[in-house]
Amino acid sequence: MKICVLVKEVPDAAVEKRIDPATKRLDRSGEKNLNPFDTHAIEAAMQIKEGGAIEVEDIVAVTMGPGSAARALHKAVSLGADRSVHLSDDALADSDVCATGYALAKVLESESPDLVLLGQQSDDGECYTIGAVLADHLKMPSLTQVIKIDVVEGRLRCERQAEYGYDTVDLTLPAVISVGDAINEPRYPSLKAIMGAKKKPLDTKAIADAGIELDRVGSQGSRTSVLAINPPPEKEPGEIIEDEDTTETVAKIVSWLDERKLLA
Amino acid sequence: MSGILTYALHYEGAFNNNSLGAVSEGARLAKEIGGEAAVMVVGGEDLTDELCASLGGYGAGKVYRASAPEGLAQPVIDAMAKVVGEEGYSYALFGGGLLGFEIGAGLTARLNAGVTMEVTAVNAQDGRLVAERPILQDTAIVDVEYVGDPGIIIGRLNAFDVAAPGEERAEVVDVDVQLAEHSTRAVMVKRGEQRGADVNIEDADLLVAGGRGLGKSEGFDLCEELAGALGGAVAATRAVVDAGWYPYAAQIGQTGKTVAPKLYLAAGISGAIQHKVGMQGSENIVAINKDPNAPIFEYSDLGVVGDLNKILPKLTEAIKAHKNGSG
Repeated sequence: MKICVLVKEVPDAAVEKRIDPATKRLDRSGEKNLNPFDTHAIEAAMQIKEGGAIEVEDIVAVTMGPGSAARALHKAVSLGADRSVHLSDDALADSDVCATGYALAKVLESESPDLVLLGQQSDDGECYTIGAVLADHLKMPSLTQVIKIDVVEGRLRCERQAEYGYDTVDLTLPAVISVGDAINEPRYPSLKAIMGAKKKPLDTKAIADAGIELDRVGSQGSRTSVLAINPPPEKEPGEIIEDEDTTETVAKIVSWLDERKLLA
Repeated sequence: MSGILTYALHYEGAFNNNSLGAVSEGARLAKEIGGEAAVMVVGGEDLTDELCASLGGYGAGKVYRASAPEGLAQPVIDAMAKVVGEEGYSYALFGGGLLGFEIGAGLTARLNAGVTMEVTAVNAQDGRLVAERPILQDTAIVDVEYVGDPGIIIGRLNAFDVAAPGEERAEVVDVDVQLAEHSTRAVMVKRGEQRGADVNIEDADLLVAGGRGLGKSEGFDLCEELAGALGGAVAATRAVVDAGWYPYAAQIGQTGKTVAPKLYLAAGISGAIQHKVGMQGSENIVAINKDPNAPIFEYSDLGVVGDLNKILPKLTEAIKAHKNGSG
């Protein structure tokens, strides 16, 4: 079977995030990295392949984004993907969830995967809805926030936490699964894998190559529009103690609690 | 027709509280934009006429009931797409929670519709709805409008208050839904399984909550000793529950419990939004974390930057000594 893993480059957590006041979009410049949540999706693909209960011939990392996003793909193939696909086109800038989901679905359609895996949550934009959007476009069964996947008689038995406890759900392939970060501990790439990554095929596509209609992406294809960006309501900052002398720190905490009558 | 179709999740014959908040909000907004407030429910025989009609008490005029498998998003997407398409609702509204996110997202694709998620407030302006959505770890709030119909609004957990229920009854309309082929290819094997010990954190006045910063499951021993000294209970984040360090029944946040104790002491919790929504109503929030940049310090009343393994045992002893001294 073929597994497509959707990955994304995100600003490094160490770089301060900001909104561009002119476009009202997240400023995506600054140091970029592979979304840490995505490494769990790649690891899940590798474990299905190595588990041997189902034969995996091809693991493909797929991303949409500007030229710099190729770095996230490079990281993804060094973690085990066999090749990568990069959808990159100026016309895609400013796409909202609706437009992004459509464009990615078109790229995935052309790959005809048996399984699409995603990380639970993008580190920026908070668009962790994208798995469910893709599933509807691709007409595949779908689950998000999955923390365990077992191959059972050709189906995928998935576990996740839902509103009322743990649910166990069987999915018949092809399917779309978003995994939570508790599903596995991603491996570190070996030096050999990092060196070998450059040799793995990278297919860069413009929107026309993927059969994407121009008027369904970018700002003209988006179905939401940002009217304003405001600062959050002011909140009185809390008191901060740096622990230098623990006995002193603890005495401060105790008196803080006692003042609020929490030690009665 | 300009109206709002809200999804209400139920389990074992009762509606989810978060859904009742969304139904109440849908009714309020429908009145403001001059449209109908309707609700979609999907499930089996426990969706009785009486249970469905009771949503009228929260302001719903009409309840659409579809018979389909429960606990999965895709059958609900099929049902809501049909009702929105046939009846022409302008908005679909969801309370926070896992299923609401999945259903709302799927509807976005099915109806080529705009979506906003993690919404904390919705306002009516000139007969249209504008959603307020915090972004970048709540450091900015964007106002978002929809281009064309319908618009899909996915609330943040507990964003919408539950109205005091009245005596009104809603009209119940049965909807015959043909499930999409892919919607039948996910099958619930076991639902709502409880794992680990049963603990009650919702009634505790004082909570010590542990996160990944405790380092290992044994770190919870320190939390239990501190909670014992305080006379409170121990809670946990999703990350450590999923990692198997602490029972699910103690989980705070998006898919766990919502708490509002007098004291919430967070030990080794970085404070992601999914955690914040479950405890931000607490009267006093104390956070201990070794990372001075942890988001939790932005919403704690007292923040302590330091090593839990040093601070927690000493704090436990100091509280015991204080109580002995004053008692």
